[in-house]
Amino acid sequence: MEKRFGTGTLALRGVDLDIGRGDFLSLLGPSGCGKSTLLRILAGLIEPSAGILDWPSAEHDARGTPRPRLGFVFQEPTLMPWATALSNVALPLRLEGVARSEREDRAAEALARVGLAGFENAYPRALSGGMKMRVSIARALVTSPEILLMDEPFAALDEITRFRLNNDLLAIWQGARFTVVFVTHSVFESVYLSRRVVVMAARPGRVVRELAIDASYPRDEAFRTSAEYAALCRTVSLGLSEAIAE
Amino acid sequence: MSKALALSRLEGEAPARPVVRRVLGLPRDAWPRILMPLVIGTASLLAWELAVTVNEVPPWIAPAPSVIWSTLLRDWHTLSVSLWITLQITFAALAVAAGLGLALAILFAQSKWLELSLFPYAVVLQVTPIVAIAPLIIIWVDDVRLALLICAWIVAFFPILSNTTLGLNSADHNLRDLFRLYRASRLQELFFLRLPSAMPLFLAGLRISGGLALIGAIVAEFVAGTGGRASGLAYRILEAGYQLQIPRMFAALLLICITGIVIFLVLGLVQHLVLRHWHESAVRRES
Repeated sequence: MEKRFGTGTLALRGVDLDIGRGDFLSLLGPSGCGKSTLLRILAGLIEPSAGILDWPSAEHDARGTPRPRLGFVFQEPTLMPWATALSNVALPLRLEGVARSEREDRAAEALARVGLAGFENAYPRALSGGMKMRVSIARALVTSPEILLMDEPFAALDEITRFRLNNDLLAIWQGARFTVVFVTHSVFESVYLSRRVVVMAARPGRVVRELAIDASYPRDEAFRTSAEYAALCRTVSLGLSEAIAE
Repeated sequence: MSKALALSRLEGEAPARPVVRRVLGLPRDAWPRILMPLVIGTASLLAWELAVTVNEVPPWIAPAPSVIWSTLLRDWHTLSVSLWITLQITFAALAVAAGLGLALAILFAQSKWLELSLFPYAVVLQVTPIVAIAPLIIIWVDDVRLALLICAWIVAFFPILSNTTLGLNSADHNLRDLFRLYRASRLQELFFLRLPSAMPLFLAGLRISGGLALIGAIVAEFVAGTGGRASGLAYRILEAGYQLQIPRMFAALLLICITGIVIFLVLGLVQHLVLRHWHESAVRRES
């Protein structure tokens, strides 16, 4: 899988990035470095002002351009407050015109995958922050996406919840092996999760480093306290501060 | 002995959720909200009754509450017929206001140009005093009922239009992005996202419009009533005024007040029932 583009000077400049199929890639950088903009371009929500985005995919849109099935997780859970967890998860299928019984089955299955079996009829306001985020992830997974785009999804959660969601996300990813592009401003989170960390810098937003995280999966709490993890975090952290200083 | 028994019972039935103490079927803290206004109301009525009796005020200047009440019972037949007519106009106007207001708001949300070009005229309609244009409408429209309905509608429809327009445009931006991501059609976005987002504001508008529809109907009846062509509650008030039957005037006024309160409460109930699962205004905090 390959894509390359560069946009106007303001948000992103000369970004050239290859994303491998089945990869877990983190975009790491300070706020204002355009990592969310890059993610929104990947999602097709905004157009790059120059350059191209090339997704080899079996699926095509109305104009015949290859367009993979995408899942998107926002920084906030972004659930419809008037709908139950099940209806929220079933939304993408409903928009695709999937029949009711099928979409309810698939939504219930997706909820079970994120550990929320039994919460089908709960309204978002009755769920905790972590559970809402799980519903949001289930909604992104319900269409069996080829690419999962996540925009600082766990930034607003407490640390304990964030660790658990990190582990659950890794488990789901290892089960299905879709591609993940994960935006974060946390060095520790990016190292823990990803196979590759792309460090970005601001003004103008650009890619300054690409670091491979050569630790094997599955990664668990033992990895989080290992010397290997600490060393990797130090390397990435150093890369980030160098990148910002440049 | 009895203490030990009470303790063991407490242990036995650990409540899953906090027990709400109920008095006569209502939560205990709901009673002040009902009782306090009742106390004030009763005290004022008694004071009024006393003042009128002690000062021997004649009923054609200020009738005592007891006289108003007996007049209401005596003239119930005439008054209830008029009440029914006023109610029909009010609810027809409210229904049309809700339907047209919603439809126009949806059009506005679909096309910014339409909103830019038409919204100012909706404002013009709203700020024009209804008493000033009611005579015209009554002259232009042959059917008096229809003329009254149009007047009540003009007064009632603006809150629904402006609230719903605001509501349709205030759908969460991330959710809108999500709909775009899954390539939702405009209709899907309207039905699954914008209309549910607008529901709280639409219902708030409906609640304001309920009272306004009644006021519009009454004002229009007053204007039409001077021509002696209608028979709603406002006409009864005019008629009673000409005949110096002041207690009857008050009785009709009382009915209008009660109608307004009932409309307000019923629409509040509708609001609560529709929003109770999810909207902050309708759900009770648990902690």
